[in-house]
Amino acid sequence: MKSLKATGHELADSAFQLTVLSREAAATAHLPRFHQQLAGVGLLPLRPVAPAVLQLNVGKMCNQVCRHCHVDAGPDRKEIMTRETMQQCLDALARTDIQTVDLTGGAPEMNPDFRWLVEEITNLGRKVLVRCNLTIIVANKKYHDLPEFFRQHGVEVVSSLPFYSADKTDRQRGAGVFADSIRALHMLNAVGYGQPGSGLVLNLVYNPSGAFLPGAQLGLEQQFKRALLKDHGIVFNNLFAITNLPVSRYLDYLIESNNYAGYMEKLVTAFNPAAAAGVMCRSTLSVSWDGGLYDCDFNQMLDLGVASPVQHIRDFDAAALAERAIVINEHCYGCTAGSGSSCGGTTV
Amino acid sequence: MDSYYNPADLKKFGNIAEFQKEFADKFFAYYGAVFAEGALTAREKSLIALAVSHAVQCPYCIDAYTNDTLEKGCSEPEMMEAVHVAAAIRGGATLVHGVQMMNKVKELSM
Repeated sequence: MKSLKATGHELADSAFQLTVLSREAAATAHLPRFHQQLAGVGLLPLRPVAPAVLQLNVGKMCNQVCRHCHVDAGPDRKEIMTRETMQQCLDALARTDIQTVDLTGGAPEMNPDFRWLVEEITNLGRKVLVRCNLTIIVANKKYHDLPEFFRQHGVEVVSSLPFYSADKTDRQRGAGVFADSIRALHMLNAVGYGQPGSGLVLNLVYNPSGAFLPGAQLGLEQQFKRALLKDHGIVFNNLFAITNLPVSRYLDYLIESNNYAGYMEKLVTAFNPAAAAGVMCRSTLSVSWDGGLYDCDFNQMLDLGVASPVQHIRDFDAAALAERAIVINEHCYGCTAGSGSSCGGTTV
Repeated sequence: MDSYYNPADLKKFGNIAEFQKEFADKFFAYYGAVFAEGALTAREKSLIALAVSHAVQCPYCIDAYTNDTLEKGCSEPEMMEAVHVAAAIRGGATLVHGVQMMNKVKELSM
């Protein structure tokens, strides 16, 4: 499987995705627009609070090609963050009191400067959180020591595992991904990750393998814990239930499977004002592989830059960015449905 | 209307209150309470509801509880086993009446 970009798919164009999301498709024209919903609950314009997380997308290169990927990541994507841009991120970070840096991709570990970046962030006394797809650990010998590297730097590991059985996981993430993920989880457990009292945090991410919303996070966590322990002897800390947003390949899946209108209706019907107040974009600053600034990783993939004179991390200005209004569009419904959704799971 | 069942009607379930509000309100309050976490988990109740949906052959309910069991993280084998439970009870209910038939045969036959 190739990325949408490699196949020249029309949805590889962010402007086309926005056209679809902007209800030019007659099927969803009857639904209220996201800005109308926010205005209805007094949240328009949506303003940031003090940033707590700096999220760096260090590149779109990935060893997997997942069907739901909003990044359209894959082995054929060559866009990765340079060390120069990483240094600009570090310089900006040093001027803030942001305590957590969230590294994402693609597979962030495939960036040749990944380990240097982790060391530099920890040298600044900040916590690193890495969104590890698990299979990268077993993809090549040079990655086999990642669990030990993570342990040495106190990195918090957040890993996608869409289901506790092979069939659903492989359908979403590719053949053999579940077996490789289990191998990688054993390696993480072996160095202490997810083990009680180790202080090494291993969180898993559940996202639905289809056109439905995630159920209650706690109930899903209990099931995952029971099944992974019983079937594979694996332990982990928390499960984050994340809603799929209609962006890139997941948007393609929705359209191709004729689920787009029904899914958007589910999201809109489940709009929760409390979840809207707690969306993560209010406390996160997202940086793209080329240093661009965004309100979140989804906006980044839609090329919706921050509404601020400051557009690049090299020009970072906390005071100026605090004045901005967060850029919203119809995909934002994915973060405000039900119990809410963020990179850290539910928000309500 | 060209069909007795229209998928869009599921979303209009609440509209039954238009003709009789008091009973509808009581029903939906009761419905919500029944499906809340209790001695059985919401997940277990959803699987029971999926099985019953098949037993009563309600297409609205099948759609609703297929979605609900998926949301609650039920696996496909779990969902199909629930349907088999419904089928086994329905089949058993037919077959157990075979005893009645046998009794009658014996009563009427030499």
